Amino acid sequence: MDPVLEVKDLKVGVDTGKSVQSVLDGVSLRLFPGKTLGVVGESGCGKSMTALATMGLLPDRFAVTGGSITLAGEDLLAAKPSRLRQLRGNAMSMIFQEPMTALNPVLTVERQITEVIELHQKKSSAEAREIALEMLRAVQIPGPEDRLAAYPHELSGGMRQRVMIAIALACRPKVIIADEPTTALDVTVQAQIFRLLRDLQMQTDTAIMLITHDLGAVAEMADDVAVLYAGKCVESGTVEAILGAPAHPYTRGLMSCTPRLRLGAAANDPQAEGLGEIPGMVPPLGRFPKACRFAPRCALADDRCHTDTPPTYETAPGHSALCWKPTAEKAVA
Amino acid sequence: MKPLLDVRDLKVHFPLASGQTVHAVDGVTFSVNEGDSFGIVGESGSGKSTTAQALMRLVDPVAGTMQLEKHDLSSLDGEPLRTIRHMMQMVFQDPYSSLNPRLRAGQAVREPLDLMGLGPVRGRENRVDEMFRQVGLHPDAKRLFPHQFSGGQRQRLCIARAMVTEPRLIVCDEPVSALDVAIQAQILNLLKRLQKDKRLTYVFISHDLAVVQHICTHVAVMYLGEFVEQAPTGQLFAAAKHPYTWSLMAAALSPDDRSRAGARFTVTGEPPSPINPPKACRFAGRCPFATDRCRTEKPALRDFGNGHRVACHYAGELTPPLPELAATA
Repeated sequence: MDPVLEVKDLKVGVDTGKSVQSVLDGVSLRLFPGKTLGVVGESGCGKSMTALATMGLLPDRFAVTGGSITLAGEDLLAAKPSRLRQLRGNAMSMIFQEPMTALNPVLTVERQITEVIELHQKKSSAEAREIALEMLRAVQIPGPEDRLAAYPHELSGGMRQRVMIAIALACRPKVIIADEPTTALDVTVQAQIFRLLRDLQMQTDTAIMLITHDLGAVAEMADDVAVLYAGKCVESGTVEAILGAPAHPYTRGLMSCTPRLRLGAAANDPQAEGLGEIPGMVPPLGRFPKACRFAPRCALADDRCHTDTPPTYETAPGHSALCWKPTAEKAVA
Repeated sequence: MKPLLDVRDLKVHFPLASGQTVHAVDGVTFSVNEGDSFGIVGESGSGKSTTAQALMRLVDPVAGTMQLEKHDLSSLDGEPLRTIRHMMQMVFQDPYSSLNPRLRAGQAVREPLDLMGLGPVRGRENRVDEMFRQVGLHPDAKRLFPHQFSGGQRQRLCIARAMVTEPRLIVCDEPVSALDVAIQAQILNLLKRLQKDKRLTYVFISHDLAVVQHICTHVAVMYLGEFVEQAPTGQLFAAAKHPYTWSLMAAALSPDDRSRAGARFTVTGEPPSPINPPKACRFAGRCPFATDRCRTEKPALRDFGNGHRVACHYAGELTPPLPELAATA
């Protein structure tokens, strides 16, 4: 199967006025129809920048400096702004983290959904209204007829996120980029939103790029995973491979720092109590180490890791890690 | 043993301009022994942060008592309240907004000592250095401003500032939810180590069950201003009995477990408004097990032994929809 979205060796830089600092350095991702790719990493690792570059929405002073982004065979980096406007919201759309700031506070729910339909699909306003209603039903908003006239402040956080999903899905896009879509929501509502996204994906065959710092969300939603660290993709593979047999010390570190719920008999197992740590923090832009960028925080690092750029090591077909010691047994302390 | 903190039937209500009342905290009772950490979990709007603020007397309760050792927190005011403030300190969720951007880190940590006149003036700077080391910061960082620190380092500063007065009780309100997972683990391990070294007592507010299980000795699950279930941590996670607790457990995601995806137990809807909370069981509207009795008769908090209390008419009779719990039920 061909990927619907392919990001190849993407490089993004930011112009600080004095020099151009590297933000993303050779990130490659592939999204397949009906599948979900989890993009994982801490803040400052380049997750959101990857999303914004794909959407053609990089902020001022940030620019793509190399690589390619292809959506259904079309080169997005060569596309004119007018063409990108046609594609955004239509062939690819985005769900943001904070529905309160991403929705327009002075427009009704109806207007915010019909806007995207009228813009991209040449429908009459009556038809657009019908589709809007249908979308609200699809995202399971109770009393959708009444909600069309509501403003964002009249809705709860979960309902606002549903409205945002309705907008994103209104034109049946090929690709949805969901940037931490449930971080602002309560856990029981998060479970509802994830279930909804999965159900809609099954009906429409949409490819989803799920950006998250939560490995639990990855386990729940993703088919494939890419782990980003300091602007590089340090590990990628299927979700089973990444969560079941993580190869990169950073991925293993993230696994060991995630507190697990222990239920039933496991609740009283004192062995399971420890919580791992990754010392230090993600280096700021422009201060990325020359060789392996994770080396200063890595318990396994030796001299070579600090002086030579690590190779891409394929631990199994389709599962690779950017590391000198991907098969070393000892997990990060 | 007499508990360090004893809270009885605490109520915090907020009047609205419309004449209605928000029942933010509506009668919670708990006690915490010295050296224990008491977790309160719940979703936004459940009243957990208001409970924390009431303990610190940042908001005033309308009813109930709060006893910290021999001091009656609910009746103290003005100067007498100020003189015992050093015994109780708070760590807030957002380390960006809880530090004064114009105070250097060293001043921020020293300020409580100066305000409360604790210890000899000449020893205070050494005490600040000592606190910096204990939370894993170099004393040279004293002259930096908050914006020069990362989020995790700022939370370390907030912890140093809370601990500098040698408090008996620290109320932590979502202290790690604004942090990345790797930094979150560092701060949780720090809080745990400090508690062990200094025999501190925590009240720990969080929406994250896994975090609470990791750090707390006792847990209460709060819903719409009330505790629906409370128990020693081991007992709660081995044998939870309230459907709301089950729904929180089922909604928690784990990187190890892909098998539950799609098949998990979920509840529908969102919590109702605390302005007019349901008269009987407050969870009944979302509970898949609810009967007419749940909608008409308020369930009492019943004791199932060992301090495990559950407010559900059918507690102990229902089969948990989580396989791990069903196995031990």
